[in-house]
This record gives sequence, C-alpha cells and structure tokens, in this order.
Amino acid sequence: MTSLAGTVRGPLATGRRIERSPRALVFHALLLVCLLVGLVTLLTLLVDVLRDGVGRLSGEFLTRLDSRLPSRAGIKPALVGTAWLMGLVALISFPVGVGAAVYLEEFAPHNRFTSFIEVNVANLAAVPSIIYGLLGLAVFVRFMSLGRSILAGALTLVLLILPIIIVASREALRAVPDSIRQGALAVGATGWQTVWHQTLPAALPGSLTGMILGLSRAVGETAPLITLGALTYVNFVPTDPLDRFTAMPIQIFNWVSRPQTEFQHTAAAGIILLLGVLLVMNAVAVYLRNRYERRW
Amino acid sequence: MVTNERERVEVRIATRRSESPAPRTGESVFRLQRVTVAYAEREAIRDITLDVPANQITAIIGPSGSGKSTLIRVLNRMNDLIPSAHVSGKVIYHGQDLYEPAVDPVEVRRRIGMVFQKPNPFPKSIYENVAFGLRVKGMTDGLDGRVEQALRAAALWDEVKSDLRKNAYELSGGQQQRLCIARAIAVEPDTILMDEPASALDPIATQRIEDLMFELKDQYSIVIVTHNMQQAARVSDMTAFLTVEVSEEGDRRTGVLAEYDRTEVIFTNPSDPRTEAYITGRFG
Repeated sequence: MTSLAGTVRGPLATGRRIERSPRALVFHALLLVCLLVGLVTLLTLLVDVLRDGVGRLSGEFLTRLDSRLPSRAGIKPALVGTAWLMGLVALISFPVGVGAAVYLEEFAPHNRFTSFIEVNVANLAAVPSIIYGLLGLAVFVRFMSLGRSILAGALTLVLLILPIIIVASREALRAVPDSIRQGALAVGATGWQTVWHQTLPAALPGSLTGMILGLSRAVGETAPLITLGALTYVNFVPTDPLDRFTAMPIQIFNWVSRPQTEFQHTAAAGIILLLGVLLVMNAVAVYLRNRYERRW
Repeated sequence: MVTNERERVEVRIATRRSESPAPRTGESVFRLQRVTVAYAEREAIRDITLDVPANQITAIIGPSGSGKSTLIRVLNRMNDLIPSAHVSGKVIYHGQDLYEPAVDPVEVRRRIGMVFQKPNPFPKSIYENVAFGLRVKGMTDGLDGRVEQALRAAALWDEVKSDLRKNAYELSGGQQQRLCIARAIAVEPDTILMDEPASALDPIATQRIEDLMFELKDQYSIVIVTHNMQQAARVSDMTAFLTVEVSEEGDRRTGVLAEYDRTEVIFTNPSDPRTEAYITGRFG
C-alpha cells in the first residue's frame, strides 16, 4: 500500500499561522473597519440623543399632553395614538397577510397569474411610503369617508407592511417540510385540516416575526400619516378608532421644527421613547423566533 | 451457477419466517389492472397488473428508478399531490375503483394508511401525533383509550407511556417510525402502506419494525416497498419484482412488473431471468 499521493505533500507543520500572515492581518482589519463604520455612527447618534433627551424623560413626560411650553410638553396623546395604530395594524394585517401567504403557498395553482402576483408582492415592499399615504388619503379618508382618523391611518399602515408579512409568512410556510403535509394527508386529513392543524402552526413563529418586523417599520413611519392628514398638534387623548390623532414620529417631527431650542430636548426624549418601543418590539421578535425555532 | 446455488440456500434460510400458507385466493384488498402512471409525458410505471392479498405482507422490490414508490403511492392516491401525475388503468380496492371521479381521496387515505421512508412525526407531542388523525375524523370518543391502543399496537406504549406530552422529535429514529405506524393505525385503516419504512433505521430498530409487521398482519393488509431483498425475504408473503425498461433511444426509463409470486418462489425459483439476476446480485 505505497501511496503516490503522499509523496507530493509537504510537511503539515509549516509554521504559518493566521495571526502572523500580513495579508490576513490587513484583511481582518478591513473587515473590522466595515463593521465599525455602522456601529460607531449608530453609537454616536445614540449618545447624542441620550445626552439631549434623558433629562426630559420622566413619568410626567409620559402622562402630559403637548404644550406650547417645552418644560410642560408631554407625549401622552402621541403615545396613545401610536398604541391605537399599532393595535389596529396588528389586528388587521396579521390575518390578511397570513391568509394571503397561505393561499399563495398552499392552494394557489402555479400559473402566470400567481407568479405575476408573487413578483408584485415583492415589488410592493419597495414602494416609497408616501405613495401609500396618497393612496390612503384617496381611498380610506375620502372614498370610504373614514376621515383623518386612527382607522384610516391604521389601514394605510396595514397596506404598507402587508408585503413584509406576506413574504415572511410564505418563507415560513415553505420551510415546513412536505413530509409533514404528506403525513397529515396520509391519515385522512383534508387539505384545509392539514394547513390549519399542521402547516400553519409550524409556520406561525416565522409569520409572527415577520409581523413584528413589519410593525417595527410601521411605528416609525411619518410620511404616510402626514400625507393622510394626521394632526401635528394634539391636545387630547384619542379614545375611539374614528378619532383624529397624532403618532410618536409626527410628534417628534413637530417638536423638532419648533423654534425654541428647549424643544430639541423634548424631541430627543421622544426619540429615546420611540427607540425603546422599537427595541422592545424587535426583542419580542427575536424571542419568538428562538422560542419556537424548529429543527427539521 | 455454483455460486447461485449457494446464495439460494442462504436466501431460503432467510425466508424461513415467511413460510405461511399461500395467499388465500379471492381475498384481495387491491386488484390492479394495467396501471400506468405518467409524470407529465414521462411514464414512471407501465401496465402493472397484480392482486394484493388481504392480511398478508406484500413486498415491492426492484432497482432504483423502477417505480416502487410510484406504485405504492397509487394505492392511496398520494400521487394526486403531484399535479403532473396521471394514473390510467384500474386500481380496485374491495371492488371499488379508487380512481373513479366520485371517490374522495381523503376517505381513501383514511382506510389505507401510509408510513413513509423517513420518519415524519408532526412537531407536536407524542399524544397529539396519534390523536391528530382521530380528531380530524371526529373519532374523539374515548380519545385517550384510542391513543393508548394505537401506541400499544405499534409496540411503543411501554417506552412512552410515562410522558405522552413529550415532543415527538425527542424520540429516536426507530421510535419516531413506530409512532408514525401508531398514527397510521389509530384511524383504523384496513391496509397499511410502508414506503421503505426501515431504510433510515439501524438494524435493531429495523428488527423491531419487522417484528411489528408480523404482529400487525393479522389485522391489516400490508404493502411494503423495500430496496433490501433480505428484508423482503424475511417479512413478506408475496413479492412483486419491478424492473426498469429503457426505451430504444435510451432516454426513458419505465418501471414494469417482471414477476409477481409467493416470496419463496421469487427467491428460490424465479421464472423470470431478470428476477434471478437481481436477487442473486448480478445487477441493481
């Protein structure tokens, strides 16, 4: 058993190590710089906002109405408005988005019409949000006579994030192995029972993650709501889906554009709060993903 | 030919356990008449005619690409799930052609259970895996008892009875496959189709599945696809040997039935030279 292949190989112990090779070092350094560009910028922004705004954060900031005086301005109407918006958006977008994904993945025939829809669902995710604002103004505010209400705003944001939910749900459904569907069908389940009891529950964590990422996008949207005619100065707390409203990003925008420099601190406090809400939502998405992660 | 003789002796030893009486004629679960399955325009199996006897184990053997899985999936209309598949000929199950337009494939699959090559439990508890088929059929009276009965029949009860809420994915491969068998028999079918049920399992787990098949055949008719000839020889009463026919242009491979007989005949005295070549290991 003399091996020819062995004779052409050099010794295994060449003495080369990754930390000694200059090219490897340069390459590593470049990669690190790429990482730092993003991180440092973000960190600078965060520190700046925190320095400006942390002093204004207090229980009163959360419970007060807006005011002409920077020291008395609170974010309560915007916070409640955003809560209303997000609640309605979640309630409406989840069933519609998951339903669309289930239809496309599990039931739709594969023909030119469905592939046309598929391509355009992906395209819709890239449409600028102000276009959705104009659409909402025309359809929900005017045509459906919902007025410049929370409901009209929520419906507009639903349209905005539906593509995100549909794409995420479809991917989650596609990740469910066919053997699960076949197993369910083989014990005599109908197509619908298979989807409802097996495929959909298995795909739900992925859909939920998609929805929360969609909501995280919606919570920061300003342009479509302004286009729609959401108020910028609100001195009441909305109590009904048909009430007029403001939302946190609009309130922040409003404070930033006021002349008194004091309001910059109020705006910074609002930004911190908005970031906090976003972080919590993303954390929930990560938690759900890890909690229900499946090993196929 | 000397080596052939020797191998035949070995095979005869292996078939010891299958020396059951010849299939009771007239008691057929399936009667296939000139069944052809095509995917798009390509024929996967052609002109297959055979009777599957009741309360026996029928093995389908043959080389890769001979359409074994296609044939077994004809029997519970699993090929319906592939849009391009087209079945012609007759598949008569207890006197009823399964491919008549009025036949509901969901009802068919409830009576004809299936176990797959790779264990495919649902990502749920052991209990829910077995209960699922019962729930979707509304067989929920005495659900706990039915679940226990199915797990006992699949020789899994003693291993899982202390923790039925455990996720099925925590079971070993062999246990998962027995769970899939329990799931299939819970809905009280009369026939169980097994598509290479032991190919993903180690020898000990395989042995348990084979033992289980012997126990089940009193109550159920079993059709098993296997690429393992020893397994076919060990467990089955009847054996169908599929072979591949290559078209003259050489670009189309179609499965055809070379021989179908009692297992001991197939393994000791095959009448088709292709069967003999295959079981003695000269091809495939």
